[in-house]
Formats: sequence, C-alpha cells, structure tokens
Amino acid sequence: MRIDKDLVAASATPLVLGILAEGESYGYAIVKRVNDLSDGHMQWTDGMLYPLLHRLERLGLVEASWGVSDVGRRRKHYALTPAGHEALAERRAQWQVVADALQQVWKDMGDTQAPRTVAEGWA
Amino acid sequence: MMATPEVEAQIDQWRTYVQRRQAISTADVDEMEDHLREQVADLTATGLDDDEAFLVAVKRMGNLDEVSREFAREHSDRLWKQLVLVPAGPGAGRGDRSWRELAVVLALAVGAGLAVKVAALTMTDETVLLRNVSLLVLPFLAGYFAWKRRLTWGVGAVLAAPFVVLAVVLNVYPFAPDGSTLLLAALHAPVVLWALVGIAYVGGRWRSDAGRMDFARFTGELAIYFTLLALGGGVLLGLTFGTLNLVGIDPEPFLEAWILPFAVPGALVVAAWLVEAKQNVVENIAPVLTRVFTPLTIVMLVVLFVVLATAGSLLDTDRGLLILMDAILVLVLCLLLYSVSARDPLSPPHLFDGLLLALVVAALAVDAVALTAMATRIAEFGFSPNKVAALGLNVLLLVHLVGSTVLLAGFLRRRRPFAALGRWQTQFLPVYAVWAAVVVVVFPPVFGFV
Repeated sequence: MRIDKDLVAASATPLVLGILAEGESYGYAIVKRVNDLSDGHMQWTDGMLYPLLHRLERLGLVEASWGVSDVGRRRKHYALTPAGHEALAERRAQWQVVADALQQVWKDMGDTQAPRTVAEGWA
Repeated sequence: MMATPEVEAQIDQWRTYVQRRQAISTADVDEMEDHLREQVADLTATGLDDDEAFLVAVKRMGNLDEVSREFAREHSDRLWKQLVLVPAGPGAGRGDRSWRELAVVLALAVGAGLAVKVAALTMTDETVLLRNVSLLVLPFLAGYFAWKRRLTWGVGAVLAAPFVVLAVVLNVYPFAPDGSTLLLAALHAPVVLWALVGIAYVGGRWRSDAGRMDFARFTGELAIYFTLLALGGGVLLGLTFGTLNLVGIDPEPFLEAWILPFAVPGALVVAAWLVEAKQNVVENIAPVLTRVFTPLTIVMLVVLFVVLATAGSLLDTDRGLLILMDAILVLVLCLLLYSVSARDPLSPPHLFDGLLLALVVAALAVDAVALTAMATRIAEFGFSPNKVAALGLNVLLLVHLVGSTVLLAGFLRRRRPFAALGRWQTQFLPVYAVWAAVVVVVFPPVFGFV
C-alpha cells in the first residue's frame, strides 16, 4: 500500500515531533523509526527530512547539536524543546479530532470495505 | 564499518555533486552523507552488495532538484552569496591567516593616513602636498600586495627604484610655480605608481598576460568598491554632521584636518582588501556595468559625432576638447577592456561582440573629427606641453583602439581567435605607464619647466 504524498507530508511534522519526544535522535534514526512504526508503508524521501528538521529548528521546536557517531563521523542530533513539546501536544489534539472523525465515518460505512494490505517490497 | 573503496569513491562523487547546490551547505551535506552511509551499511547487512546498496540509498534520498528546492525554501538566504571576510568558529588555520591579514590591512590603512597627515602638517604649500599624495598613499597599497604575495627583496628593490626616481623628480625639478609641466607631472605620476602597484599585485610576474589582465580586473573592482565605501562614508558623515550642526558644533575643521586625511587613503587600502577577499566569491561587477553602458555609450558617441561634424569650424574650441576626447576614448577602452576581461575566449562571436565593434568604430569616428580640429589648431598656434601630452595620449589610445578594431573585426569574421584581442589589451597596457613616465620625467626639462 502506497500512502498518498499529501498525507505523508501532512503527517511528517507530528511524526518527527513525536519521535523526538521519545528522546534525542538524528536523521537516519528518525527515518528508520518511521519505517518501523508504519511497517514500511510510509516511505519518506529521505532527503526531504533535513529541510523539515531545519525548519523545526528555526521555529524553535527542536534543538540541534553536532555530536559524533559510534564510528567517529560528525552527526547532527535533534532534541525537542519545551516549545516543541507544546506544539506536539497541540498537533496531537488536532490529529485526534481528525482520527476520531474518520473513525466515525468508517464505522458508519460498516465493515464492507476492509482495508487490504499488500505486501510491498523495497522500492 | 568502513565501506569499500568503490563505495567511498561513489560517496565522494555524490558529495561533490550535492555540494554544487547552492542551497545545500557543507554542514547539510555532512548530515546527509552520514545518513547515506548508515543506509548503505544497513542495506549491505540485509544482503545487498555495495553497488546496489549505494544505488538504493541514493534513490531513497530523493530527487536532488526537489530536495535542493526544499532546502532553498527553508534557507532562502543561501541563494545570496555572503562574503565571509574573517571566518568565525572552528575553521582554525584559515581563520588565523584572515585575522592576521585584517590586522595588516588595518595597520597599512592607518599608516597611509598617518603619512598623509604628517605630510599635511609639514608641507605648508598645498600644491606640494597634492603632487606628493599618490607617493604617500600608494606605497602602502603596494606594501599590502608585497606582504600578501610574499614578494622577494629583489622585486621590492625593482619597485623601490622607480618610486624614488619619481619622488626626486616631482620634488627636485625646478618647476615654474603653477606651470603646466608641474601639473602634468603631478597628474601622470599616479599612473606610473599604479603600474608599480600592478607589479606588486602580480607578485613580480609583470610579463604575464594573465597577471596583467587580473590587475586590470582588480583595478575595475577596486574603483567600484572604493566608490561604494566613499558613498557609505559620505552618508555616515552627513548624518553625523547634520546632528552636530543642530547642537551648534561645526565639524568642518575636524573633517578637513582629521577625517579626510585618514578616511580616503584608508578606504583605498581597505577596498583593495575587500576586492582580494571577494575575488572568487562574488561576481565581478565591472563587466556587468560594461554590458549596461556599452549600448548607451554608442548612442552618446553618435550624438557627439553628429554635433561635432555639423558644428562648422572647430578652430575656436580650446584644448579642453582634446582632453575631453581623451576622456571619451579612455571610457571606451575601459568598456572594451572589461568586456574582454569577463568573456570566455573560446565561445563563438555573438551580438555583444558586434556591439563592441560598433562602439569602437563610433569612438574612432568621433576622435577623427576632433583630431582634425586639433591638428589645425596646433598648426596655427604651435605646441605646448599640455597639447603634446594630450595629443600623445590620444595617439596611444588611437593605436590601441585601431588594433582592437582590427582584431575584433577579425574575430567576428572568424579569422582570428578572441584570445588575440585579449592579448593585445594586456600587451598595450604598459605603454601607458611608459608614456606617463615620459611625461613626468622628460617633459619638464624639454619644455623648460614652464
């Protein structure tokens, strides 16, 4: 199942904020976490994550610091700021509303059209 | 977890490719490279071979155009090149050198100011000061390049000798007060000195055509940066003075006694430093101005030609006409020189080269009319130092322009390479310095120091 591009884009910020709420992380680890969480269905364009992280940094929602990976490479780590926690809470409330509304609609439609999962290999 | 040499080479290649994007900074590339390497490592761990892993990892990174556009949206400032004069932070080695350079530049700028100030205090006669001012300031500029290019003592001595000769000539020759040879010598001395600065600029490789062209480019950019500094300084002074005047303080004497003697020579040295620093960061502006003003100058020349040709007898015009003609030819030559300086010699002729040719031909036509008038006038009233100096310069400019016309026309007809035109420009430049030296050193005794 391929997730619609707009949906991926819309959910990117709350996902990143949520993942960073679990603790400090860095680019590749965030992408991997998204993959795990969505069972590989949400395929991000990896390069796009960085402009997003930089925007969140500019908005003051995350804090970046350069560290070193276990093999000694320079690595930029991101952590959620208090403002980021607030933004996350707000986004969460918004998504909750959206999810509840969708839930209602699905229920009203009945279980006639159950979601079909297609095993999709690596792109 | 070191990747194989093949993957290392591929990652290197990818890096250079990404780095070409202006919106993506080196730090971003570092960040993405870390990502890429982890991805490759993980993919190889799942059984892909190195090549496949690299390809998949790059593909996942996404279309570079789109990613770069996204970066640009977030960092629009990066699309404007910023000039970093003194790199901050952990750049280590390079930063040290930049700070030292800044210190040297500031010291030289203050030195030039001090030289002028001390001279102003000791030389009571203002004309003496004016004729020596280039001798006082330009050595500091040459000194900057001597330091920067690590000039040898031999070259330093070669530069110092003509400098001393000039200083002696300007101050020891028994010039008649307010004589025209004195004025001519004072006007031409800076040209000779500028050639000496040029030798320092090219680090003593004065025979090199490329070096001369670099110095021509430097001169154009310096003029522009100096003008910009002067404008900025003017605004600052205007604001300060306006305020001071309001509270009843007259800053005029302070301006003349302290600010101008330090600010103007200092600005020259600082402008030279700025041009050096921006050299490969910011595009040259002189060629851009050239593009704008070449068509406009053609229009001006055509108007002048019509006016001069229909004005009837030009016998009554004074030598001012010849001086103006020299100024116009110098302008045309500058337009030509800076167009040449910015052009890729290998690209085929296009419209602008035709425009240049039109410009040069129009200048020659205007000059022909003016020269005829001057020749009649000289035949009538005889020679004077001023006329000979202006006429001599005119002849040089004419030879320079005619040569350029022939080469440019040859290029447009695809008979000659463009490089020939560039070489002609750089080879002719020293002739002006030699002529200026003749006017300074030979003219006064020949014309009896009048």
